[in-house]
Amino acid sequence: MLAGYLRADGRKGIRNVLVVAYLVECAHHVAREIATPFRERGVHLIGFPGCYPNDYALAMMERLCTHPNVGGALLVSLGCEGFDKRRLARTVEASGRPVRAIGIQDAGGTKATIAAGRDWVERTLAALAAQQPTPMDIDELTVGTICGGSDATSGLTANPAMGIAFDLLVAAGAKTIFEETGELIGMEHLMAARAANPELGEALKRTVGKAAQYYATLGYASFAPGNADGGLTTIEEKSLGAYAKSGQSRIDGIVKPGIAPPRNGLYLLDVVPDGEVRFGFPNINDNAEIAELIACGSQVILFSTGRGSVVGSAIAPVIKVCANPETFSRMSDDMDIDAGRILEGRATLPEVGREIYELVQRVGNGDPTKSEALGHQEFILTYKSFEPLGPACLPIG
Amino acid sequence: MENSDRRPDRAVMRLSPPDNVAVALRPLKAGETVTLDGVALTISRNIAVGHKLAARAIAKGEIIVKYSCPIGTATMRIAPGEYVHTHNVESNYLPTYTLPE
Repeated sequence: MLAGYLRADGRKGIRNVLVVAYLVECAHHVAREIATPFRERGVHLIGFPGCYPNDYALAMMERLCTHPNVGGALLVSLGCEGFDKRRLARTVEASGRPVRAIGIQDAGGTKATIAAGRDWVERTLAALAAQQPTPMDIDELTVGTICGGSDATSGLTANPAMGIAFDLLVAAGAKTIFEETGELIGMEHLMAARAANPELGEALKRTVGKAAQYYATLGYASFAPGNADGGLTTIEEKSLGAYAKSGQSRIDGIVKPGIAPPRNGLYLLDVVPDGEVRFGFPNINDNAEIAELIACGSQVILFSTGRGSVVGSAIAPVIKVCANPETFSRMSDDMDIDAGRILEGRATLPEVGREIYELVQRVGNGDPTKSEALGHQEFILTYKSFEPLGPACLPIG
Repeated sequence: MENSDRRPDRAVMRLSPPDNVAVALRPLKAGETVTLDGVALTISRNIAVGHKLAARAIAKGEIIVKYSCPIGTATMRIAPGEYVHTHNVESNYLPTYTLPE
């Protein structure tokens, strides 16, 4: 049994985080100063650095500030930036959460804003502490999956084990999301064969085609030099491993950043922008993808790594599944699950898959993950542009 | 990856029957001989865990198949047991980027 904070929209959060959000880079330092004394008390820093308005960034911030794991939000702006702070404040308020917007120019500068912000955070934390979690079932959970710092062991151990955990979650009625269409290049036909209907299958192929074209224009695949050091030779080999995270379940639909799956099942998150190439790489690092999985409602993230990533995230706990036994022996403090045991013959894929599934439930009951306990709260949000979901993307009715 | 016949003492494994590459289950040393599906392969250079070696002779231009999936094309002839990586395989989609030495 899990424990969740019931929100006005009926969703439940497995954490009760207070976010401090900067709405332009010019407010970043002040927001960080406000949040830092409360780091150990569930106050997380998020934000958007750009001064120009962007529909995607606004929607992301709306979804993040009203995420089930979030109990309240302090919005820190400079005052002259393009971000629509009034709309964001109204959205958070309408969700029933405590919200306060402070403009640094109006408040009288750095010192005055930090003082006012800390005062509001202190009082709001007291209010959040009075909220009690209620029993929560697995079918109230949305789980996202990502791989980062992949090597040739990722696709042999951690990714297929997370795929088994995904199958167990789908069977238990959870919503599950896998992503990075740029790391599914070469898998499009296999994936389409798992679609709930032929129209969705074609839509899945189009999303991967869009990703291949986008990355080709930019000149690089979603492939880091460390991937090659770790034995991955081509993007399609990396994809083969990454694809294993999705498990064997039927694929029920496609979502885009900020869109929650409408019902239980398995969904592909299409992270690659629509239209002509603008604003650069689809996701400039793993945390940009994690932020999008969270904006789709994920309360917890499964993260597989072979080379050894250490990141966590603001808002949602990240469970680190280590694929490579040598990496685990060097970096065990950062890893929640030792999937490299499979390579050494000390565990089977189904055993590790079950272990991940059970850890998801313990984390959903409040147990901290390794990255959470170490204070990791990485966050990044950049410019993007998307068209609305196509008609074939979500199940009808 | 099949696990029903998992044996910890195996050094290399073919993930799927049609594969023309195998993966190292432990670090392999140059000069050692390993057995893959009853066939002896001599390892020509050190190969790290998870990295690939040719399960049989591979011709230039042949598709590299791992876990039944095409993962690239051989850019030169590859002998059985030889290390298979970016020096002898290229992507059929997007080039692989590595840092300069």
